[in-house]
Amino acid sequence: MDIPKSFLGYKRENGRAGTRNHVIILPVDDISNACAEAVANNIKGTIALPHSYGRLQFGADLELHFRTMIGTGKNPNVAAVIVIGIEPKWTKKIVDAIATTGKPVEGFHIERSGDIETIMKASKKAQEFSMWASEKQREECPLSDLWISVKCGESDTTSGLAANPTVGNLMDKLEPLGVHLCFGETSELTGAEQVCAKRGATPEVQKKFMKTWNNYNDFILKEATDDLSESQPTAGNIAGGLTTIEEKAFGNFQKIGTRKFIDVLEPAEEPKKGKGLYFMDTSSAAAECVTLQAAAGFNIHLFPTGQGNIIGNPIEPVIKLTANPLTVKTMKEHIDCDVSKLLSRQMNMSQAGDELIKSTLKVANGRLTCAEALGHREFVMTKLYRSA
Amino acid sequence: MSQPDLIIHDEKDNVGVVVIETTKKSQDCSAWIMENDKTIKVPSTNDIPLGHKIALKDLKVGDTIFKYGHDIGKVVKEIKKGEHVHVHNVKTKKW
Repeated sequence: MDIPKSFLGYKRENGRAGTRNHVIILPVDDISNACAEAVANNIKGTIALPHSYGRLQFGADLELHFRTMIGTGKNPNVAAVIVIGIEPKWTKKIVDAIATTGKPVEGFHIERSGDIETIMKASKKAQEFSMWASEKQREECPLSDLWISVKCGESDTTSGLAANPTVGNLMDKLEPLGVHLCFGETSELTGAEQVCAKRGATPEVQKKFMKTWNNYNDFILKEATDDLSESQPTAGNIAGGLTTIEEKAFGNFQKIGTRKFIDVLEPAEEPKKGKGLYFMDTSSAAAECVTLQAAAGFNIHLFPTGQGNIIGNPIEPVIKLTANPLTVKTMKEHIDCDVSKLLSRQMNMSQAGDELIKSTLKVANGRLTCAEALGHREFVMTKLYRSA
Repeated sequence: MSQPDLIIHDEKDNVGVVVIETTKKSQDCSAWIMENDKTIKVPSTNDIPLGHKIALKDLKVGDTIFKYGHDIGKVVKEIKKGEHVHVHNVKTKKW
């Protein structure tokens, strides 16, 4: 297949391109959710991103909170941002950082004015942003403006046999064309960690990967009451035939094809080494992982599933693929790309990769994903430890 | 290419994955080995559902299960060729 060299995206002020054109209402903290949701309800063409945290966090956990908030606002799928927090200082910190992209952003704080006045002021600004953004047109953008993140979920053995290698095939074909790629799931590489480390492009990157994985494993050994057999693999994984975390890990690992990764990112950290594949230290919980990848600037997501995970994200479109014929049959409305013919050998891996490239470009050009059409907007902050 | 009943990732593997809705007791399953594109026959001794694993040879307690050509766990209860391989007879070596 001739791979198209461009897609139709929204060009942003800082040179990046978006596959979507969202105006978001971003609450800094849990108690500002009500205000943010009221504004999004008032003004059409905006979406609120409520979440559970942002108060009394400290240290690395607080840094991650800010990095996720700021990165979400900076994502090129976002045209403009309203930030609402209880206090002025943290609100301004987030506004100022998002403003470095050059996109319209304005902050509001609730203390000394209350919800109702804040909703009124923020709604006026949100209306202005929404109408401004609605004038933006899609333009031809080079394929290298795609930043593709991947994560699998509700995996079964068909994921490792077919759906994950399909993503790997896409990576093998698109990486030479200059796209950014990202995989994560530190915990779900357990059992395959040594093999994965060898895919680091340099000895330094390999060392960085093992350090990240060891930190995670030490944490598990410290916190676990017995072992993780109850959580990893999940009940869904086991129903689908996966027996051990090692088996799940080698299946998971098929998603990166034959690629090598050029850097290891902190959760929600923006890649800085240019085009290529990155590993990000993330949880393997689907919504947490995709939220972190979106906050790092990734603008389209590929999600292979076996038993049928249904996750979406408010700003980064999530494309589902599966090779499990029962999932295709019973959960059709969740599957964007069906590669089940791989199992019956009516399709080969290269053809499956091409199908996924076609699906990816359709969505990049504006086609809604199943998760978008069904209203899935899971925005889940990762919390590293308890608050003060 | 005919539809396989089982797919085996790697020649070194001692388990295959069922890719039809279920195998039947005493079914002579055709198994496609992805790595070398060979097809072999494996008798199924249980009804094994889609996505679940079948033993390609007799396995003793303590043996290593190989899939993708890699170690994915240890045998904790004896398994005969053609039997269902899952959480009842295989455990992780981690944790």
